[in-house]
Amino acid sequence: MSNAKTLAPRDTAAPRNFGTILKELDWRRYVIYIGFVVVFLFFAVLLRDQGFLSPNNLLNIFRQTATITVIAVGMTYVIACAEIDLSVGSVAGLSSVCTAMALSQWGLVPGILAGLAVGLVVGSINGALVSLLGIPSFLVTLGMLGIAVGVAQWITASAPQPILNDTFNTLFGSGNFGPVPGLVVWSAIFVAIGAVVLNRTRFGRQVLATGGNRNAAEFTGINTKRIKFQVLLISGMVASVAGMLYAGRLQSGRFQWGSGDELSAIAAVILGGTSLFGGFGSIIGTLFGALLIGLINNGLILAGLDSSQQQVVRGAIIILAVALARKK
Amino acid sequence: MNTADNVVEMRSISKSFNGVPVLKDVSFDVRKGEVHALAGGNGAGKSTLMKILQGVYQADAGEILIGGKPTAINSIQDAKAAGIGMVFQEFSLVPSLTVAQNIFLAAEPLGTGGLIDDRASVRRAREVFSEMEVDVDPRAGVARLGTAYWQLTEIAKALAQNAQVLIMDEPTASLARHESEALFELIDRLKQRGISIIYISHRMDEVYRLADRITILRDGRHLLTAPLTDVTPEQIVEGIVGKKIEGQLSYRARDHVAHEGAPLLEVRGLNSGQRVRDVSFVLRPGEILGLAGLMGSGRTELARALFGIDKVDSGEVLLRGQKVNLGSPQQAINAGVALIPEDRRAQGLVLEHSVQDNLLLPLLGQIQRGPLLDGAKGKELSASLIKRFAVKVAHPHRPVRLLSGGNQQKVVIAKWLGTDPDILILDEPTAGVDIGTKSEILDMIRELASAGKGVIVISSEYPELLAVSDRVLVLKGGSIIRDIPRSEIADEEYLQLAVQGV
Repeated sequence: MSNAKTLAPRDTAAPRNFGTILKELDWRRYVIYIGFVVVFLFFAVLLRDQGFLSPNNLLNIFRQTATITVIAVGMTYVIACAEIDLSVGSVAGLSSVCTAMALSQWGLVPGILAGLAVGLVVGSINGALVSLLGIPSFLVTLGMLGIAVGVAQWITASAPQPILNDTFNTLFGSGNFGPVPGLVVWSAIFVAIGAVVLNRTRFGRQVLATGGNRNAAEFTGINTKRIKFQVLLISGMVASVAGMLYAGRLQSGRFQWGSGDELSAIAAVILGGTSLFGGFGSIIGTLFGALLIGLINNGLILAGLDSSQQQVVRGAIIILAVALARKK
Repeated sequence: MNTADNVVEMRSISKSFNGVPVLKDVSFDVRKGEVHALAGGNGAGKSTLMKILQGVYQADAGEILIGGKPTAINSIQDAKAAGIGMVFQEFSLVPSLTVAQNIFLAAEPLGTGGLIDDRASVRRAREVFSEMEVDVDPRAGVARLGTAYWQLTEIAKALAQNAQVLIMDEPTASLARHESEALFELIDRLKQRGISIIYISHRMDEVYRLADRITILRDGRHLLTAPLTDVTPEQIVEGIVGKKIEGQLSYRARDHVAHEGAPLLEVRGLNSGQRVRDVSFVLRPGEILGLAGLMGSGRTELARALFGIDKVDSGEVLLRGQKVNLGSPQQAINAGVALIPEDRRAQGLVLEHSVQDNLLLPLLGQIQRGPLLDGAKGKELSASLIKRFAVKVAHPHRPVRLLSGGNQQKVVIAKWLGTDPDILILDEPTAGVDIGTKSEILDMIRELASAGKGVIVISSEYPELLAVSDRVLVLKGGSIIRDIPRSEIADEEYLQLAVQGV
């Protein structure tokens, strides 16, 4: 190893002691957890008389953030791959509508398949336009946002589609699995699978590589076009499941379900430490990002702010958190 | 020569793009365990030939034999499977992943349940590095490492895939001298292990230090292949350029330096950050000042401080005897200082914009009429700059990224000279530029100084520094340790020793 000393000593690769580990620790990446704890403690003290800490309220926070969490898991892949998907909210709405209509027409399984088909079709179109034609995902999915919500409104003539199938409603959001609300189980499953696939599979690694340096990924033999297609397909599929969770929880399909969720999901992903420029993604971070947004929503309601004030405070907190988490 | 010794043999390769022939009947072979230098000017076909070997392009005619057997290389994967590895000139790692993750990217060792076993990749990366006899932490994030470690990671990546032939394209372009030396030792060790290396470099001393044989391409044709013991540097340069260059890289005394009167630039006790410490010097009109020093000696940082990019902590800067405050690049430009940065692609050019737009960027004030830009005037101005600096460009509206490295550099220099600065600072002005363009750039520098401007040249290439500088400042640890008039520098070795601080 005698040649090692000829290399520049100022670069790392020296043995690590605790001090250097602490210094190298990228605390900005963990700002979401700090922020989560701070906001939680803040509300716990301020709103203790309003029942913030009651088990019921805490479960409510999980329940209310479940759909955002699910959408944001898919969004993490898209953003880590240096793309964006603005169509997820409308896909959820369209999926809720298609599920409800197919359900009343043909029954449970066709209903679920119809919802998934929405994600499959929209995700494939998004993916194909981005990867094959090279159109920026921002534009493709912005267009798709309008198309999906328009189709949903059109085929229902703007009318809500009630869902009377109890099995579906119980399974997708209204029911509990034992003592645990179904929505919490759904988000736990998506987070767990999402985290393992992103961190521990070749596919996940290739998503990060494509987002981190597309040329390098290409020269390493990764089919980056296929990866970009796949992340947009995943995002669409996941959003369609989120749409069914809306449908089950609210026992109806409606084109408005999920509207605006793309922005909450993107905020959750960025708050969670995933780089908007691609190359790094954290599913657990995304979960906490979504929970933080849910926490803020819940706290502001309990604090008695009206919805216009909530929007202002929520916006300010998100900007603050992202400012703290940004790169040096 | 027995052809069985050839790990790679490319026979009669031809390739055209859009009907323009780039390679004409070129043959090239590499023996086991040899370093084979590949030389040629920009556009000679070196990169095309190598891209064919890597599977990026496919040849129109000719065949490739790997280990004596005809092999079709139609993709990067095919090339990898055939044992061809590439160490890229513009590094191709994923900065957000760790060293080990990059080495095994798309070939990750899998553990239970088909999941990636990152511990195994760290362990195997350690084995590769210890075979290379270098010390790199496989767990370190690539974004945090210096360029020398990026390169080691790339080499390790190729070796981990059992590459038998490594293509290295200008591997020392961004390395300090001692890092280059470590790389040369590594190349020697790889050679002993029977790995062959195709070495592309413009630096003659490296070619002689490392290579067993050299192949020269010119205008897409094979010119010669010979052992280095049989060719002289003059023959190689002549082969590359196609004409005899005399004295372009040797110093020509000029007596334009104005020793009377106020100096153009005077720096007194300048401190900036960690790398510029108590620097004082003067620059006279008509003088070319060379800045020599190892990577990290503070050369680039001094230039940044003088151009107002880095904050000056203490000290004074005087222009023509007047104290000035260079707090931002804008102030520096207004004061008549121009910096031509080290990394032209990242700092000097907007690659996607046209040649004309790039040239006019610092000159927008000159072509303004009222609140609008005067298109005709801009066109005229850019055309005159292109002509004056002999930039080889098909059309001023073509994106600048399509130009060769040398011509890109000319655009950067022309762009700043358009502002008519008094003081011009050039950081590594000829990095990655072929020798023909290099001598043109050096001539440009001499011409400017003769016109009464002050020029500061930062370069890691000593022959180049010695060719133009009237005086050389040697930096070490952020301070000037020597101030040597050119006449006192006998040869490159003298300067080497001064830089090493011996």
